[in-house]
Amino acid sequence: MSEGAVAAPTTANPASAALSRGRLAGLALIAPALAIVVAFFIIPLGISFATSFRAKDGSLTLAHFEKSFELYTTDLIFTLEIVLLSSALIAIVAVVIAGYLTLGENRRAVAALRWLYRWPLFIPFVVTGQVMRTFLAKNGMLNHVLIGAGLLEPLAAQSLLDWRGIVVAFVWKQAPFVTLLVSGAMASLDRQHIEAARNLGAPRWRVLWDIVLPQVRGTVLVGVVLSFVTMLSVLSVPLMINPNSPTMITVDVAYRINTHADYAVANALCLLSLLVAAGGAAFYLRHAVRNAGEAA
Amino acid sequence: MKAGAATLGAPLRWPRTLITGVLLALFAFAIFGPLANLLLWAFAEKWYFPSKLPSEFGFGFWQRVFHPRGDALASLGTSVWIAVLTVVVSLAVAIPAGYALARLKLPWRGAILLLFLLPQAVPNMPIYVNIARVFYEVGLNGTVIGVVLVHAAHGLVLAVWIASAAFAAVDASLDEAARNLGASPWTCFRTVTLPLAAPGLMASAIFVFLESLDEFTGTYFVGVPDVTTLPLLMFNASMGGNYQIASITALLLLVPSIGFMLVVERFLKADVLAMVGR
Repeated sequence: MSEGAVAAPTTANPASAALSRGRLAGLALIAPALAIVVAFFIIPLGISFATSFRAKDGSLTLAHFEKSFELYTTDLIFTLEIVLLSSALIAIVAVVIAGYLTLGENRRAVAALRWLYRWPLFIPFVVTGQVMRTFLAKNGMLNHVLIGAGLLEPLAAQSLLDWRGIVVAFVWKQAPFVTLLVSGAMASLDRQHIEAARNLGAPRWRVLWDIVLPQVRGTVLVGVVLSFVTMLSVLSVPLMINPNSPTMITVDVAYRINTHADYAVANALCLLSLLVAAGGAAFYLRHAVRNAGEAA
Repeated sequence: MKAGAATLGAPLRWPRTLITGVLLALFAFAIFGPLANLLLWAFAEKWYFPSKLPSEFGFGFWQRVFHPRGDALASLGTSVWIAVLTVVVSLAVAIPAGYALARLKLPWRGAILLLFLLPQAVPNMPIYVNIARVFYEVGLNGTVIGVVLVHAAHGLVLAVWIASAAFAAVDASLDEAARNLGASPWTCFRTVTLPLAAPGLMASAIFVFLESLDEFTGTYFVGVPDVTTLPLLMFNASMGGNYQIASITALLLLVPSIGFMLVVERFLKADVLAMVGR
């Protein structure tokens, strides 16, 4: 750190020799962090690729992918459905809450909502899994409250600990994060257009849909894509809420390793979920590039 | 309700407030219902199947959890120790990197930023699975150092982004002023830049600490069988059907998470947030 600080201000000096020294200093300052990222992300990722395409004798093969599809096609589709549905719900919840925080006119309700929505923000997934495991169970609080309120027949009560439980856990945990991002973006908008539209009598949902949302679409997308990738790699929630087939790919990966020490299929499954994540990233990049094009 | 009253007229105000209230109450239940269920389990001495509430409340399971030789205290110690080491390692490399990204002219700056984004943008399962495999061969599996390295590699990314934003939010002309007054570069960094960026750096330290404290998947693969952090203990208790122990451990994990949620805006000011990723 001290070295960097000594070398840093040389960049303020326009002399070209000092400039290249500054560049070197900058690279030196970044090197340790880069080394860790390379050692603990890039290399393991490389190993993952190598393992999933290589047969026992070292030749290239697609056998591990064939086996993955043979055994886990249902789970791949299940995973995709869960994360897509959760992402959509997260986007809706986040936009509605952030929209009310921005456009709501009942000050006390806005303050209450602002205080309420962020509680799950930093609660870890593994705790969310435990919380939902009890809340959504057949004998959980949700069913008791619904029965108590007369909304549910006691005999009709059922456990929600299947795909629904996973979706509820994901939305509960991730929606506050996206809401935080989106409401921040909405708060920094120029309020003139909003006021103008309101004065012309536009209802709030129209203002949200036609004026506010188009300006924060990028932020919504960033939040949702980040959540999408995060949910793809959560192991604890599906393991705790819905460990039996059909289940999410992360559970299958853990099973391949813990029970069969089958790293080849495990890595093939990992790469398939990576492919799904790349789809999400591409979706985001396309939007970002288009936006950059418009800005330029 | 200024505009609302003007367009819709006064008579509609009452039902509207009522609907708002009902919706808020439902939302409050969605947020606090699951947490309340957790609290019930944490203090339930006996809770048999169809009854709505525990038949007996008490601290019996708390005594078991906080037994001086119990697993929970040992796990808490392990968790905190790992988190502290993770913060030290992450910040030691993230502060210089963040400074360089924010203040120095770097070749391939975009590519480097992208590289630091990658770990956040890629599902982590393949990473953990293969690190565990390599660690197993070199004897790092089941060691605190192994877990710290895995946590730090992940926390580092967040820390670099926040640190770089924090340094970028500090007015560079202050540095120049200090330098023009004859301060050495190191003095300038130590007495001007660093203190001004401190709240943002503090935020990144807390983020990394919490990430490490709460981390499950990496520890699940790399920590076995000897390193049992609090999340793993909670998971094992829950899967073993011991909901009381699991809920008490979950409560322990909730305290720092909720505490941070309540103070996060004091550390992460809008001016720093606006610089993230610039």
